[in-house]
Amino acid sequence: MLAEKYAARIDQIFSKYPTKRSAVMPLLHLAQEEFGYVNEEAIQQVAVLCDMDPTQVQSIAGFYTMYSERPKGKYWLQVCTDLACALRGADKFHKELKEHLGVEEGGTTEDGLFTVEHVMCLAACDKAPMLQCNFHFEENLDMDKMKARIEAWRAEAAAEKSGAKKASAKTKA
Amino acid sequence: MKTMNIIYREKDIPNIREYDVYVANGGYDALKKALGQKPTEVIDTVKASNLRGRGGAGFPTGVKWSFIPQSEPIKYVVVNCDESETGTFKDRQIIENNPHQLIEGALIAAYAIQATAVYIYLRGEFWDQAFDLDARIEEARKGGMVGKNIAGSGYNCEVYTHVGAGAYICGEESALLESLEGKLGQPRVRPPFPANKGGGLYGEPTVINNVETLANVPWIITNGPDAFKKIGTEQSAGTKIFCVSGNVEKPANYEVPMGTTIRELLFDLAGGISGGRQIKALLPSGGSGPIIRINGNDDPILDTPCTYEDIAAKTGSILGSASFIVIDETVDITWVASKVTKFFKHESCGKCTPCREGTYWLDKTLDRIMRGEAKESDVDLIANVARNMQGVTLCALGDFAANPIIHTIKNFPEDFKSHIGAAKTPAAPKTAAAAGD
Repeated sequence: MLAEKYAARIDQIFSKYPTKRSAVMPLLHLAQEEFGYVNEEAIQQVAVLCDMDPTQVQSIAGFYTMYSERPKGKYWLQVCTDLACALRGADKFHKELKEHLGVEEGGTTEDGLFTVEHVMCLAACDKAPMLQCNFHFEENLDMDKMKARIEAWRAEAAAEKSGAKKASAKTKA
Repeated sequence: MKTMNIIYREKDIPNIREYDVYVANGGYDALKKALGQKPTEVIDTVKASNLRGRGGAGFPTGVKWSFIPQSEPIKYVVVNCDESETGTFKDRQIIENNPHQLIEGALIAAYAIQATAVYIYLRGEFWDQAFDLDARIEEARKGGMVGKNIAGSGYNCEVYTHVGAGAYICGEESALLESLEGKLGQPRVRPPFPANKGGGLYGEPTVINNVETLANVPWIITNGPDAFKKIGTEQSAGTKIFCVSGNVEKPANYEVPMGTTIRELLFDLAGGISGGRQIKALLPSGGSGPIIRINGNDDPILDTPCTYEDIAAKTGSILGSASFIVIDETVDITWVASKVTKFFKHESCGKCTPCREGTYWLDKTLDRIMRGEAKESDVDLIANVARNMQGVTLCALGDFAANPIIHTIKNFPEDFKSHIGAAKTPAAPKTAAAAGD
């Protein structure tokens, strides 16, 4: 349960506002962090916390684009292809990135690591092409830099996986 | 041609983002000075400076503050850091590099209207920046500048950040308030206006200002309104940050005195048009303002001073948020119209029918034009649809979405004509620049 696991953080969020409802967006962000996406459980728990109807919480989750209602890859790559970035090659970059990873728009690689989609302006027009990976900005990109980043993320994911295996082996021992 | 850094002080003082460095360079002195004055004196100073809102509308800041009824016990200052207009990236640089100047400016505004709290609404994608800003607010709190009894004055005011979740419409002030209250980001019916009881945040009188606007305030309090008016022009006082993007050699934010010409900005500062090409068009206020036709690098329109009044009178466009998207000779303006329309179609909140349906049909018809499947009458059709979106929606997004259509067709009819009866080519832009050379 979010309420127990993140009690201090939730209290801190509620302390900012005179109404419980104002906390719905920060709590949906927290739930997405916990569950990887905004699933039914997230909706229910946030509704209880904010004293709202689950339908109202669902409508908030559906309205704002940063809440995902489907699972995403471990690395959620959102490429800005808006006008200012497109004038500096963002459409081409976006297309090549999808080809490199072998995914369609909005698709996730078979290993579950990467989801690629395009997004609207991210306020980084002077550093195009750019993308956000799990909401962190990666800027001044080209495909060579991108391929190196992808390899680094793959290595990071593999290290985490083997680390987790070792940890569970230790627990068993 | 030089920049003038009233806001981007990190260019002159590295690490000014840190509280101690900011204070060592006069930081929070303006707040202390303001706290020693009557709130109405602070409002009068800002009024006299002619500071105008930097978010796009250009409304006089001091006048906005004076609308707040002083008699109400609970009042708010809301900082609009939703920065989402295509081509705009100036506020992000302020919160990343000179955050205390924003916090100080917001607190001066808060004192002037006797607000009980400040909320800084950041677009959700400023995720890392929001955490950093929280840390800066805590630094200021430790320094006695935020919270109870600020600088020993007896004035109390909290400063909070609030993170959105990806919606352009939340930059519209009433939609921003809805979002902050935990609702869908959709504009409100006005009146009541945010300054009035019943119209602001939680129904309390509220001032909503852009980040850049508030970051100007400490300088004005310290140096006085006359010094501020000496920079720029009478109607457009001070500096302005220009976000220059698109087909230029050095895209970046440039802070310059108002009245700097378009040519100085694009050629002296931004290094000229990419690849030595000719300029074809300029969007001076991101995707939402009318497009300016520019017939190459010798066009005298480039000598227009960048002020609210000159851009309006001499180019027929608006200065707005000063997000200069530069478009070179290789770019098809129909493609530009299509790109910008896709943005507004995606960002329409769906509340008002003309905007919700209009953006959908504009996008659909533009796709047809881009595929080479359109009739000549389709160009008139989208112009007609766009005109029917103007002035009939609760917020300006309807007008913003109509602008790119109406003004691209008016200023670049030949670009639209080139698609009529054309071979059925894929919609991809044929331009070297757009393809990313």
